[in-house]
Amino acid sequence: MKELVRSMLVGAAFSLAAMPAGAQEKPRAEVMHWWTSGGESAAIKTFADAYAKAGGEWVDSATAGGENSRAATINRMVGGQPPTAAQFNTGRQFDDLVSQGLIRPIEDLAQAGGWKAAMPASLVAAASRDGELYALPINVHGQNWTFYSKDVLEKSGVSELPSTWEAMIPALQKIKDAGFTPLALGGQPWQERALFNAILLQQGGKDLYMKVYQDKDEEAVRSEGFRKAVETYGALRGMVDAGSPGRSWNDSTSLLLRDQAAIQVMGDWVKGEFTNAGEKPGEDYGCTIGLDDTMLMVGGDVFVFPKTDEPAKKAAQDLLVETMISKDAQIAFNLAKGSMPVRKDVDTTSFDACAQKGLKLLQSEEGQAPVFEILVSASLAGSVDDVVTQFWNNPSAEPDDMVEGFVNAFEIEG
Amino acid sequence: MTAPRKRLSTATLVLLPFWAVVIAAYIGTMLWTVQISFTASKLLPVDDYVGFAQYERLFSSTRWIVSMQNAVIFGVLFITGALVLGFLLAVVLDQRVRFENTLRTIFLYPYAMSFIVTGLIWQWLMNPGLGIQKTVRDWGFESFSFAWAVDRDMALYALVLAGLWQASGLVMALMLAGLRGVDEEIWKASRIDGIPAWRVYLFVVVPMLRPLIVTAVVLLSISVVKAFDLVVALTNGGPGISSDMPAKFVMDNLFTRQNIGLATAAATVMLITVAAVLVPWIYAEYFRKTRKGAAA
Repeated sequence: MKELVRSMLVGAAFSLAAMPAGAQEKPRAEVMHWWTSGGESAAIKTFADAYAKAGGEWVDSATAGGENSRAATINRMVGGQPPTAAQFNTGRQFDDLVSQGLIRPIEDLAQAGGWKAAMPASLVAAASRDGELYALPINVHGQNWTFYSKDVLEKSGVSELPSTWEAMIPALQKIKDAGFTPLALGGQPWQERALFNAILLQQGGKDLYMKVYQDKDEEAVRSEGFRKAVETYGALRGMVDAGSPGRSWNDSTSLLLRDQAAIQVMGDWVKGEFTNAGEKPGEDYGCTIGLDDTMLMVGGDVFVFPKTDEPAKKAAQDLLVETMISKDAQIAFNLAKGSMPVRKDVDTTSFDACAQKGLKLLQSEEGQAPVFEILVSASLAGSVDDVVTQFWNNPSAEPDDMVEGFVNAFEIEG
Repeated sequence: MTAPRKRLSTATLVLLPFWAVVIAAYIGTMLWTVQISFTASKLLPVDDYVGFAQYERLFSSTRWIVSMQNAVIFGVLFITGALVLGFLLAVVLDQRVRFENTLRTIFLYPYAMSFIVTGLIWQWLMNPGLGIQKTVRDWGFESFSFAWAVDRDMALYALVLAGLWQASGLVMALMLAGLRGVDEEIWKASRIDGIPAWRVYLFVVVPMLRPLIVTAVVLLSISVVKAFDLVVALTNGGPGISSDMPAKFVMDNLFTRQNIGLATAAATVMLITVAAVLVPWIYAEYFRKTRKGAAA
């Protein structure tokens, strides 16, 4: 009897000793993302730090290039070895993963946390399927920004950045004559397409933009407005430097940093590069949405959480969601990233002049249009990229070629 | 009588796992690929059969047509170029030059690098901002231009150049081994007959090297068909789609464009093309000869 009691006591002591150790087992989160440039890695580090502070262990799994990173994520999910969380762009990139039941819905966490109502409706809609949230939006990126080097404009005798594309072309020509590169563009298909979409939204207006990409309306593609955007786009082909093809966006930004190029049309992640290089908005560089600050092309990044049955992994995901969406982390992350907080209820006074312009447009639904990726499937997006890049890289391609290319792509991909 | 049969069955038994792997990993996945190409699969395989719709889509894509043409141009230039260069290098080294070992190592060295490294090196060399063009211009030749990788008319030849730089050394090593195997008596005989060396090389030695040439062509053709890493590292298919390759088309659609139906259709077309070109030729090279040998 004595023996038995003693052994039970020993057993109890062991289990007691083991229990706190079990509780101290840190939630371990492997996060796949493609934030590898200077500004981007500074931003993801704020999440990693916040996660460590909240008691978790952050395992960073970065792959350069969004396409590569997403391919790696999908491969691992299909192969049954999913990460704890993986980055995607807001939109339809993870549609099939949701319909195959590979992604964990986080509606319960959203209800419990109460932050869903504070997010822009279009982004919530883009991250939800059948009313349930499947992805966590973590930031708002405007994708139709034009950044410009004040020095280069001044030295080329352009006193102010024109507010329409019609006026922009002659101004860029003037900059070119002054010996600068007018347009800093990395000649990768997605960047070439981002430039075109920014022009289409600015010159054609939101109506046309939505008709083309949401309704895939052939008449809209054949319309005068669309054609005009294509013509403007075509006129920009001579405005880039010889090193443009294949260059990444951040290497293009460095042309602005070194005062070799005048403007870059890109998303506001560019700002992270300026901040990282110690340049200040309004002083060293300027920024404008579209060209006249009236219409923001809204997109962003989301994290998806692959479905898992292991409670430990679930706990790690729960903590990750809670950390990323917390007000403090939102501010720290978005300041470093150059994006805007996805929650309207955080204090935005610490954000710079550029972000304030975007935040103002975020308040109203009329001042926003969703990015292309939210409206079209990955496959159609790819076909549009093919059409746009062929037009951009062939100086003798006519606007008609691009219009026909769009009509074809819509017909085939639907 | 029973002993050989028993040994035979043991051998078969031992080989069974091997056969299982071959059938499952090679033939099985090949058939699976073909099967998927007849479905409407997007991100993941589904069993929704659509007949030849993916193939119709494939051949209505300009990008696919351009990449097939590129593969042909690249293949012809790369294979002939590597053969000619490799053979010439081997002939030069065969003249018992000094530092032969050093030179041989240098020429073979690029082959030790992956295509990714080769692509990156040549991307830097051909980058107008920091490569050869900039260096020569800094020397004072302002009009010098060498920016193939960013020129849509030349990007494909940039790939050929980088490929040649990498693969010529391998051909050289193969050919050199062959040249060393040529009987000294043949050279003596040709010298007595007063035949110029180049004619001996062209009409006597080259036919003797035939098996080696066949090996080299097979090795080079394989790298043409799977040309992906070189393209990605050097031009990424651009500018535009001017240096696109079928393998890159497949990879893009397989992973980033969530189009595995289309990707597998493209892969199937690649397989059929390769089979249609290579199989009769390899058959003629290897099997016809053995049969002739058996008959004699």
